[in-house]
Amino acid sequence: MISVNNLYKSFNGVSVLEDVSVTFEAGMTNLIIGQSGSGKTVLLKSIVGLHPIDSGEIFYDELRFDKLDFTHIKEIRKEIGMLFQGSALFDSLTVEQNVRFPLDMFTDKSMEEKIDRVNFCLKRVNIVNSNKLFPAELSGGMKKRVAIARAISLNPRYLFCDEPNSGLDPVTSIVIDELISELTEEYNMTTIVNTHDMNSVMKIGEKIVFISNGRKCWEGSNKEILDSDCPALNDFVFANALARQLKKSGV
Amino acid sequence: MFKFLANLGRYYLLMRKVFTKPEKVAVYYKQTMHELVYLGLNSVGIISIISFFMGAVITLQTAYNTENPIYPAYLIGLGCRDSIILEFSSTITALILAGKVGSSIASEIGTMRVTEQIDALEIMGVNSASYLILPKILATLLFNPFLTLISISIGIIGGWIAGTTAGVITSQDFIYGIQYAFIPYYITYSIIKTLFFAFIITSVSAYEGYYVDGGSLEVGRASTKAVVYSSVIILLFNVILTQLLLS
Repeated sequence: MISVNNLYKSFNGVSVLEDVSVTFEAGMTNLIIGQSGSGKTVLLKSIVGLHPIDSGEIFYDELRFDKLDFTHIKEIRKEIGMLFQGSALFDSLTVEQNVRFPLDMFTDKSMEEKIDRVNFCLKRVNIVNSNKLFPAELSGGMKKRVAIARAISLNPRYLFCDEPNSGLDPVTSIVIDELISELTEEYNMTTIVNTHDMNSVMKIGEKIVFISNGRKCWEGSNKEILDSDCPALNDFVFANALARQLKKSGV
Repeated sequence: MFKFLANLGRYYLLMRKVFTKPEKVAVYYKQTMHELVYLGLNSVGIISIISFFMGAVITLQTAYNTENPIYPAYLIGLGCRDSIILEFSSTITALILAGKVGSSIASEIGTMRVTEQIDALEIMGVNSASYLILPKILATLLFNPFLTLISISIGIIGGWIAGTTAGVITSQDFIYGIQYAFIPYYITYSIIKTLFFAFIITSVSAYEGYYVDGGSLEVGRASTKAVVYSSVIILLFNVILTQLLLS
C-alpha cells in the first residue's frame, strides 16, 4: 500500500500539485487519470522520489519514504519496478541484457539462474526468440513488454506505469493493460498506472484517482466513473464524440 | 558569476556521487573494459594520423626557420622531439579528444537523460552517476597515457619521414637530434598533464550530459558546451601545470 498525504509540488514557483491525498491499495490496479498537463506524471514521479516534494507525506506501507536518505531510498527502490512512457530500455543492451540488468546489479545468482529468470519474465510478457535483439529493432508494443519484463525481474512489491499505452494501437493497448492487471494480482503488487486512455480505465481501473489542474477531484472505481457528478471528470470521460452520443442516448 | 558558482557546486556534488562505492564491482569492471575499447582503443586511429602529420609539419617548419648554417642540423630533430613531448602529444591530443570523446560522452549521457534511461537506473536503485561516469573516467585515466606515448612515437616517426623525404635533414642527424640532451622527466610531465586532461574531458562532458533538460536540441547544445568548456579548462590547466611542473 502507498499513501500520499497533503502533497504539494511546484516548479520555479509554478504550482503543479496542490494538497493531493490518496491511498493506493496493494493487489489492485490503481489508476491516476487526467488531461495532459494535469500533473499525473509529476505525481507519479514524486511518489517514486524522482521529483523532491515541497511538502506532504509519502508512505510505502508503514515507511515514511519522503524523509529517507539516499541509501535507504536505494533499498526501497530495489522493490520498485517502473514502466516509463518511452519504455526507457537501455539502447546499448540487448533484450536479454536489459531484463538481466537488475539481476546483475543486485543478486548473486549464477549466470544460468539469471538467464532462467530472464527467460521466465520474457515468456510471461509473451516475448520469445528476441533475446539477442536490441531495443531499436523492436516495435513499440514489444518495447513496452520488455520494459515490463525488466520491471518484474526482481519480483517488485510496487509497480509504476507511466502512460503504458501511449503510442500503441488499441489492440496492443489492451494486451498491455491485461498484462499489468494480471501481474498485479499474481504478485500482489501495489500498482499505480498513469493514463488518459478511457479503454484502460474501463478495463482495469479497480481504483481511479482523477487529477485536474494539480488537484485530486474524484476518486472511485470504473463502475462508478460514468455516474460521477464531477463536471471536470465528466468533461474528460465524455470528451469522445461516441461516448457523448452513448450518454445522450442513455446506453 | 552566480551561475558559474552554482555550476561549480553542482559539478562537485556530481563528482561526490560518482566516487562512491560501486554497487557491484564486477559490473563496473565490465563497464570499464567496454569504455576502454570505446573511448580508448577507438581513438588510436585518429590520434595516430594527427600525430604523424603534426610531427611532419613541426619538423618541416623547424627546418625552414633554422636554415642558418650556424645552427647544427640535428637541432631540427631535437626541436621536433621536445615540441611533441612537451606540448603537442599531451595538449593538442587532449583538445582533439575533447572533441571526439567529450562530445560522444555528453550526447550519450544526455540522450539517456531525455529518454528517461537515467531515471530508470535511479528507480532500480542504481547510483546512475557512478554507474555511467566512473567507468568512463577510469577508462580514460588508464588509456590516455598510452595514447600520449603512441602520439609521441608516431609524431617523431612522422617528423623523421617528412624531414628525410623532403631532404631538409639526414636520417643520421635527425636520430642524433632526438637522442641529444634527452630529459626523461619530460615524458613524466607529459603523462601527468594527460591524466589531468583525461579527467577534465570525461568529467566535464559527463556533467554537461547528465544535467541535460529538454529534448534532442538540448542534447546537441550540451555536446557543444562539453567540447568548448573542456577545451578552455584544458588550456587553463595547461598553463597551471606547466608552471607547477617545469618551474
